[in-house]
Parts: sequence; C-alpha cells; structure tokens
Amino acid sequence: MANQQSTSENPRVDLDYRRKKNAEDMRYQVITFSLMIFLTLIAFAAVGFGDLSNWFVVPFILLLAVVQVIFQLYYFMHMSHKGHEAPQLFLYSGVLVGFITVLAFMTIIWW
Amino acid sequence: MSTYAQKKGVGAVLWDYLTTVDHKKIAILYLIAGGFFFVLGGLEAMVIRIQLAIPDNNFVSAGFYNEVLTMHGTTMIFLAAMPILLGFMNAVMPLQIGARDVAFPFLNALGFWLFLFGGLFLNLSWFLGGAPDAGWTSYASLSLASEGHGIDFYALGLQISGFGTLIGGINFLVTIINMRAPGMTYMRMPLFTWTTFVASALILFAFPPLTVGIFFLTFDRLFGANFFDPTMGGNTVIWEHLFWIFGHPEVYILILPAFGIFSEIISTFSRKRLFGYSSMVFATVLIGFLGFMVWAHHMFTTGLGPIANSIFAVATMAIAVPTGIKIFNWLFTMWGGSIRFTTPMLYAVSFVPSFLLGGVTGVMLAVAAADYQYHDTYFVVAHFHYVIVGGVVLAILAATHFYWPKMFGTMLNEFLGKITFWLFLIGFHLTFFIQHFLGLMGMPRRIFTFLPNQGLEVGNVVSTVGAFFMAIAVIILLINIVITSVKNVKVGNDPWGDGRSLEWAIASPPPFYNFKQLPLVRGLDPYWIEKMEGKKEMTPAEPLGDIHMPNNSFIPFMISLGLFIAAFGAMYRLDYSWGLPVLILGLLVTLLSMFTRSIKDDHGFHIHKEDLIDEDKGRKA
Repeated sequence: MANQQSTSENPRVDLDYRRKKNAEDMRYQVITFSLMIFLTLIAFAAVGFGDLSNWFVVPFILLLAVVQVIFQLYYFMHMSHKGHEAPQLFLYSGVLVGFITVLAFMTIIWW
Repeated sequence: MSTYAQKKGVGAVLWDYLTTVDHKKIAILYLIAGGFFFVLGGLEAMVIRIQLAIPDNNFVSAGFYNEVLTMHGTTMIFLAAMPILLGFMNAVMPLQIGARDVAFPFLNALGFWLFLFGGLFLNLSWFLGGAPDAGWTSYASLSLASEGHGIDFYALGLQISGFGTLIGGINFLVTIINMRAPGMTYMRMPLFTWTTFVASALILFAFPPLTVGIFFLTFDRLFGANFFDPTMGGNTVIWEHLFWIFGHPEVYILILPAFGIFSEIISTFSRKRLFGYSSMVFATVLIGFLGFMVWAHHMFTTGLGPIANSIFAVATMAIAVPTGIKIFNWLFTMWGGSIRFTTPMLYAVSFVPSFLLGGVTGVMLAVAAADYQYHDTYFVVAHFHYVIVGGVVLAILAATHFYWPKMFGTMLNEFLGKITFWLFLIGFHLTFFIQHFLGLMGMPRRIFTFLPNQGLEVGNVVSTVGAFFMAIAVIILLINIVITSVKNVKVGNDPWGDGRSLEWAIASPPPFYNFKQLPLVRGLDPYWIEKMEGKKEMTPAEPLGDIHMPNNSFIPFMISLGLFIAAFGAMYRLDYSWGLPVLILGLLVTLLSMFTRSIKDDHGFHIHKEDLIDEDKGRKA
C-alpha cells in the first residue's frame, strides 16, 4: 500500500486495524470465490455425469444457487458488515413475499 | 441567491410549480390533483346513487353505468385517496423527522407528474370512445372481452401512475432510513412517520405484482399475447391473484397513513402522549406484514379449495388482533386526557366506532363459508365503504383541517369545519349502513337497476339521500377553503397550541429549507418536551452553516409527458398508421429526457450562512 495517508475525515482512524481487516476480508473473498467455482463444477457434474433423476438434480442445483447468492451478498457485497440492517430487512421481506407468491401459484393455480 | 419571498406573476408561479422539487410544493400539487380527482369520483358516485334511487330507473344506460361504476372505484383508490395521502406524507413527514427535504427531490417531482399524467390519460377515456367498464378489479375474463379502448385506458393509465407511486414509496423509505435529525431514533418517530414508513414498504412490495399484471393485460389486449386466455394455454385466474396480491396490501397502504393521522390528532387534542406507543408501532408493522398473506380472501368463491380458503380465512382474522390493539390504544389515549373537540378531533373520535363497524364486517366476510352468501352483494359494498370512507376519507378530511395551517399558513374556519363534519358523518352512515341490509336481502353488487316490490326501494332511497349529505359537506369544505384563502389571516408556528412533533416548531408554512439548523431530538414528542421545559423553540443540533439545496427541474414533467404520448401510440397502434410512430416518439421524449438528466451535472446551490443571518435580522426589524 503506497498511500499511508488516511483518506477518512475521522482523525482517529486506525490504519493498522484497517489493513488487518482488509486482509481478512480479502482472504474470505478468495475462499468464497474458490468455493463458488467448486459449487459451479458440482452443478455441471450433477447434470453431466451419472444417471441422476431430474427430481434430484433440479432442486439440488437450485440449492447450490441459493448458497451462491448468499456468498455473493455476504462476502462480496459486504452484507455481513455492520450498518446493513435496513437492506437486510427489506431483502428478506422481499424474498418472503416472492416466496409466498410463487408457493401460492404452484399450489392453488397450477395444482 | 436571495432567500426572500418575492411577489411573482402568474406565469412565474406556474413555472415554479411545474419545475419544483420542494416537498412542500409537491405536497400542494398532490393535494390539488388528488382533490380534483376526489371531486370527479364523487360526481361519479352521485350518478350511481341517483340511478339507484328508484327501481327501474333510466337516468343512465346500463353500459354507461358500468363505466361510471368502474371509474368511481378506480379514480377514488388510485387517483384520489392515495395521492392525497402521498400529499400529506410529503407535506408532513420530512418535517416530522427534522429533514430539509426528501432523499431524492427530483424523483419526488417525477412521481407526482407520472401520477398526474396517468390519471389524466385514464380520464381522457370519457372523451375518446368510452371509459373502462370491467370494474376497478378488471378481472381478465371480463376485461379481455370488453370492446373499444376503455380497458386499454385503464391498463396504460394505471401503469404510468403506478410507476409514480412506486417511485414515491421508495423515496419515502430512503428518506426515513437516512435523513432523521440527530436524536430522532426509530422509536422516537411520530406515528404518522411510522405509518408512512410501513405504507411505503407495502408500496415497494405490492406495486410490482400490479405492474406485472397490468403488463400482461396490456400485452393480451394490444400486442397479441395470451397470458389470460385459457383457449390458448393461458389462465384467467392469474390476473385475479396478481391483482389481489397488490390489491390487499393496497388497502393497508391507504388505511395505515390514516391510522397515523388519527394517532397524531388524538394525542394532540387529548394533550397526552400516545398510549402504548411501542405497541402501536408493533401493530403497524404486524398489519403490514400480515397484509401480504391474506389476498385470496377476495377470491373465496373462485374455487381455491377448502384448505387454501381455511388458511386465508384464519390469516385474515388474525389481522383483527393488531387492529384491536390500535383501537384500544386510541381509547386509552383519550381516557383521562384533557380533550379539545376541534374539527380534526371530531373526525378522530367518530372514526373509531365507524372504522370498527367496517372491521367487524371484515371478520364476518373472512369466514369463508359465510362469504359464499355475502360475495358480490351490497354487504361487501357496505363493508369496504365503511373501512375506506369511515377510515381513509375521514382521515383525509381530518388531516385537511389539521395540517392546513402548516401547509398554507392559514386556519380553516372551525364553524364551517364542524358543519362539514356533521353533514359528512350523518350522510356517510345514512348511505352505507343500510347497504349492509340491502346486501343481506340479496341485492347484488354492480347492478345498474333493480325491480320494484322486492323490498329494496326504501333502503336505496335512504342511501341516495345520504350521498347528497356527503356531497353538500364536501361543497361546504370547498367554500371554507375559498373563504380562508381569500381572508388570508396568517397564523404562527403552533396554531393549534398543542403541537407535539417537530413540524409545529417551525413557521407555518415552513421556509423552503425547513430547518435553519437541524433540531436536536431528545425524546418522543420532541417539541412538547421543549415546551414543557419553558422553551419556545427546539435546541439546534448543529451550528448555523451553509445549506445545500437542489435546483428546480423541468425534466420530470418531460419524462412523464413522453410516457403519456407513448401510451396513445401503443393504444392506437392497430387502428391507425400513426400509432407506432407516436409510440416511438413518446418513448424517445422520455429516454432523451432521462439521458439529459444523466449527462447534465446539476449540483444544486447553497444558501449562504450570511443570508440566513440577514433574514433573521430582517424579520426582527
């Protein structure tokens, strides 16, 4: 890091702490990134190899997709950090409303 | 940049309002436009009641009656009740949380102009070959069969005004999350701000299903799609679901702000802190939450099956619990308070039992088995008018009197206000109470006439008489507004004398930057706290400094105008050769306006500290 000057307006900002925190974040990102590639490979494998039934493969890939979305939100878009309570609330409310809608359509329209 | 108000010509004032991004001026625009549509919807209601006054009446034809009935419902919900409430939210909510404006002033203006152009488009149908005639719910099997362009006006008009509402809702959410004054924690927000917050969240989640549903309908009717046509593999019930997934939260979008307005009024004029503040907040959030899980109770007779019907019936009844919490909290706020029966307080006191009647019939309708009897009768008409007129319209009238001094700096006449109140309340119960019994006697909803000697004559004539009472009440309110505006007697910061929240701590009407210094909030009812300690104004939370303000802009008007033009093109595309070019032209106007907005840097301007100090001196001198 060439720039040792703090860019924050806050004079008490602890650069050492920041650097440590950033390194930690970077490590998590690399780990999740490799996990995501691994999950993608599994998804391809589930379709490509073996004679697995569609009743297993489709929900399984959907599950992998959900895990990927969680990785994306929490590790790449920093939703695990503080100050994201309101976005979390609205994301989960939206997911709930969407889920109920899809559930209702699946069960009482196209039964 | 001078901060002084100057005398301006009519043209300058008009241009100012066409380009304004100030939340207080946009509130006035919402109020004027919503008020106009309210009167229009009221006239349509009068046509309905005159037609139904006597049996075998032929005041209007059956086809025209269907148009009037559809437009009455659509106008009142989308173009009157919701915009007027959005107007009050705009006028009051930023002041209540101690903000200088909403988070996105430009989007605020865009939301208004989209709503207005959508509403105008919908109402132009009267002059262009007939209004929509499939009811405000516009069920697909009926609306796809409707001839002419009525339903196209419905679909395109509501689509445009729906965008506006969605933009408004998101704007309020961001404002409340990000722009509260120092010390204004969530649990210190006034109840009207809380209900605005929850209603905005409901708008955020409820309007997308409507947008999708209306797009399906538009494409089915104008672009050869078959989403709702069962003979082509579509499913007509999908519209009903999409509409009610939007439609049920919609009634909470309307009633929650009404609850908020009454909570403010009851606590102000009982001169007491709102009883059970935290349970009120909890109940508001819970109603918003449950509001999304009950939509199918509008469709009990569609044939969803006993399990789905039971689930939705029980979920619907559950909503009575948080609503009950609210009713008791209002009663306990009044209990032991030193009550002043001003006009807004009269509305608030009469709202509690009136709304309760609507709530009780709501629970009756929620019983799925019994609903097979009530469905599509006047019992349902009586029920939803009791909640919407007895709840929302009473709240709108109460807020008009309560917030008029804050918005315009003058007091509406209390004597005329009380006459309006009594005429309206009596007329309301006269009109709708008897409709419960008409419904139980078997009078179906949405019929254009009825036969003599079936026992329906007396009830219908009483109902019509009541409607005239309400019409006279609204006329007296309009006279009151004119008289007050002509007299123009200015009032001070806190004209009711008992203001509790931040908006009463600043001038009426507030200066365009609202707060010279952001106030420090030390608890619930911050202005009341300061008054109880003998202070005249709020303690500032920051030193006097430059204030950053947004520039006015004509672009919101242009963006909305483009969609308005495009809607005509889309509708007449198949009839005339100029349809497609007009569609493209309209979309180009919109997109170019958006492009201009994107590339043109507009950093706003600053009001300088020196000007603010000068203004202080000028006022004292």
